[in-house]
Amino acid sequence: MTLAVIAASLAVFSWKFLGYLVPEKYVSNPRFREIADAITVGLLSSLIAIQGFTNDSVVTVDSRLPALILAAGLLYLRMPFIVVIASAAAFSALIRMFF
Amino acid sequence: MNRIPVVAVSIGMATGIYAVSFGALGVTAGLSILETMLLSLLMFSGASQFAFVGVVATGGMAAIPTAIASAWLLGVRNGFYALRMAPVLGMPGVTKLLSAQLTIDESTAVATSQATQSDERRGFWWTGISVFVFWNLTTLAGAVLGDRIGDPANYGLDSAAAAAFLGLVWPRLSSSKFKLIGLAAFIAALATTSIVPAGIPVLLGALVAALIQYWGKK
Repeated sequence: MTLAVIAASLAVFSWKFLGYLVPEKYVSNPRFREIADAITVGLLSSLIAIQGFTNDSVVTVDSRLPALILAAGLLYLRMPFIVVIASAAAFSALIRMFF
Repeated sequence: MNRIPVVAVSIGMATGIYAVSFGALGVTAGLSILETMLLSLLMFSGASQFAFVGVVATGGMAAIPTAIASAWLLGVRNGFYALRMAPVLGMPGVTKLLSAQLTIDESTAVATSQATQSDERRGFWWTGISVFVFWNLTTLAGAVLGDRIGDPANYGLDSAAAAAFLGLVWPRLSSSKFKLIGLAAFIAALATTSIVPAGIPVLLGALVAALIQYWGKK
């Protein structure tokens, strides 16, 4: 199992490292950078969808939705990140305790 | 500006909250405390780590090839982040190994929200190091506590992870272009989640984002 853990870690690391090996002339032009920024926004937004609204690949709405709405409100009020995340977790845990 | 270190430590502490659940899941899936720690130290990519232990938990040793493949697939996005960060960081030679290991959602999100290149660099390193430290400390805590913790959902840790992604993308959503891109990616991921293998919907969301940016410019 230890070997599997190391092999999997190397496999994941390979992506991170490969990105740094592409010659600078391809990745430093503004057009590429705009697309890379859009991809970052796209990835994070998709992750909200998958982490917040699916269970085992099935679209699900549960206490994560009110937790996300609370998080959005706190972000709008410019609360610190840790406050936003802890509040979302606590709110969702409370809802699950009562329903 | 002192804002970057504060944001970085805040994000590190917040991601630490759900690394506790990763540590506990790791040992309940049958990994030793050391193996669970190795995943946080060496793999250091939340989604890939959760996928690896999730597959091992249900399939045991026989599922190891699937576990490695799932972790690898979910790590693709770090490659895109690396492409974005490479020209900003300008790391020479073997020091690329260091920046590569810290290239994750959080470090890239904070970096790309900054206005100047030097702030992008500071955002990357502060956030990358902060998340690395907290992520590993709380993984250890979770691994030692093990199944005494119970179901992470009871503590709302799944909501914490979703809220963290929202918090990371939030600074970019002040632009109406990125609002549209984010919404389109969100819909693309949800629309495809039940018809393609796990890990692919997020990449389809990224593809939609890239296409909107590409065609929108023409």
